[in-house]
Amino acid sequence: MSIELKRVIKQSGADTHIYETDLKFEAGGFNMLLGTTLSGKTTLLRLMAGLERPTRGEVWFNGQDVTGIPVQKRNVSMVYQQFINYPNMTVYENIASPLRVVRASASQIKEKVGQVAELMRLTPMLGRMPNELSGGQQQRTALARALVKSADLVLLDEPLANLDYKLREELREELPKLFQGTDATVVYATTEPMEALLLGGHTATLSEGRVTQYGPTADLYHAPRELITAQVFSDPPINTSRISKRGGRFYLSESVSWPVPERIAGLADGDYTLGFRPHHINLHPVGEQAIEVEGRVMITEISGSESVVHVQVAESTWVSLSHGIHLYQVGDMARLYLQTNRCFYFDSDLRRIET
Amino acid sequence: MSNKTTNNRAWWLVAPVVMLVAFNALIPLMTVVNYSVQETFGDNVFFWEGVRWFEEVLHSGRFHASLLRQLSFTGIILLIEIPLGVAIALTMPKKGVWVSVCLVLMALPLLIPWNVVGAMWNIFALPEIGLLGKMINGLGIDYNFTRQPLAAWFTTILMDVWHWTSLVTLLAYAGLCSIPEAYYQAARIDGASRWAVFRFIQLPKMKRVLTIAILLRFMDSFMIYTEPFVLTGGGPGNSTTFLSIDLVKIALGQFDLGPAAAMSLIYFLIILVLSWIFYTLMMRNEEQ
Repeated sequence: MSIELKRVIKQSGADTHIYETDLKFEAGGFNMLLGTTLSGKTTLLRLMAGLERPTRGEVWFNGQDVTGIPVQKRNVSMVYQQFINYPNMTVYENIASPLRVVRASASQIKEKVGQVAELMRLTPMLGRMPNELSGGQQQRTALARALVKSADLVLLDEPLANLDYKLREELREELPKLFQGTDATVVYATTEPMEALLLGGHTATLSEGRVTQYGPTADLYHAPRELITAQVFSDPPINTSRISKRGGRFYLSESVSWPVPERIAGLADGDYTLGFRPHHINLHPVGEQAIEVEGRVMITEISGSESVVHVQVAESTWVSLSHGIHLYQVGDMARLYLQTNRCFYFDSDLRRIET
Repeated sequence: MSNKTTNNRAWWLVAPVVMLVAFNALIPLMTVVNYSVQETFGDNVFFWEGVRWFEEVLHSGRFHASLLRQLSFTGIILLIEIPLGVAIALTMPKKGVWVSVCLVLMALPLLIPWNVVGAMWNIFALPEIGLLGKMINGLGIDYNFTRQPLAAWFTTILMDVWHWTSLVTLLAYAGLCSIPEAYYQAARIDGASRWAVFRFIQLPKMKRVLTIAILLRFMDSFMIYTEPFVLTGGGPGNSTTFLSIDLVKIALGQFDLGPAAAMSLIYFLIILVLSWIFYTLMMRNEEQ
């Protein structure tokens, strides 16, 4: 089922939670809502579900206006960050509960619950109570409840956030498969850029109640239209710096400059904003167009086989991510190599300069 | 374990607590035990009686009658206060300025001393001058709690409900507030009815606090003394003489210290055993 938000605005009192938004998700698609906490992800999900009515604008399902239709008549299901199950029902009864509400026959319930439990690997747990399950199993139960309903729209609100690392990876792999082959449109809210990349599909980036960009996930990552989208879609955060263009070169400082790439050679001289991801500035040269920059080390973090070094370069603080373990003392001068072919350039409105 | 340093001076830190518990629990309790197996005529002269007082109390019709009254009273007020308290908690607002107003209003009866509650209701229910008593009589119902056992019971129960329902409400409200909003949303998405939300979300989530509420109300009402003493004095006749009132009558009215001590211990054991049974049952359910 396709879902479309048409000029939707959500206000509560004097606060605007969602600024005018137009968004269309195709039937059967897997869509990510990516944004920091309080960026409006949950509000958007609630508006789609019908748990809240938009202050202005319309919500359309499959080309039909459903703005005024209450949630229980919309055939949606939702999974939350907290593990929400009926506390005094067994796993079986929990999974069966959406079917009981629509008065499915006993044999039908048994068959469907059996199927979904098998899919979610919950079959041995069917007789248990939710509080006897691990966090991962509780969330599987909640997902099973969402699945068994065969809802047209499945809303997942940071479903993996409360799970530990291993379980999160495991479920993250399974999730897209679960909804493959169904007509359900899935909307998945997350704060983690990595999660959006791993789950694929389409992504809408959100910042302070505005959808900054929507499109195939890889496109958003590789070609953000605005700096804000690149910022939302980067972890660790994207590095930025003021640069100026004179003649055929970009100048970070008098001593650090590099040629303007051909595709934007026609750019007027003046001040611009440089943006690049932490793994595109390294402690050793990568690629042919790496240029050397010196920076003063502020913090070094070692995570497994990678080193994250925070450096002060001119007036900016940058984060560099490199393979291998590199130890620096605070205050050391570090030699870094910026991959200029990976840089984004933004104009004074912080829009990315394209060809 | 062997490399642990021992410091016996640390016991001094425990001493204040030990003293406190000794003086307000152990020593008085042992005194009662002492009285319950002996006969005394004053002057600190004691005669060993063994379990005679216990047998006497357990076989006395008077004790049976008070116990029955006590059980009925506790049963009735639990049946009223628990559902009523939960019902009020369900109607209380969850956010906004009214939350604090409601909480303060609900907490007010709990702040009033027991004897004041008794005195208030005594005056309130007097048939000639009390607002409640006069009103009921004005409706054409013959009501006089100082003369009619039924009216005395009605007034005592009403007083207890007024005084203590708030406690249940506040506990239930705390339980309700701890339920994440997502549960209600999930139920709405499922299309669950208001009753189903109560039965399958709110009630199970309130179970722990309700267990505490029932235990507290059970113990407190089983030991009730001051309020009925001030309100009815145990009368008319013996109709509202609950266990503790009867106990005081025996101990201080008749100065039968032996039977009174034996009765105290039996009384204490009943509360202990009933509370334990109740708690075990509730917790066993919890584990399932």
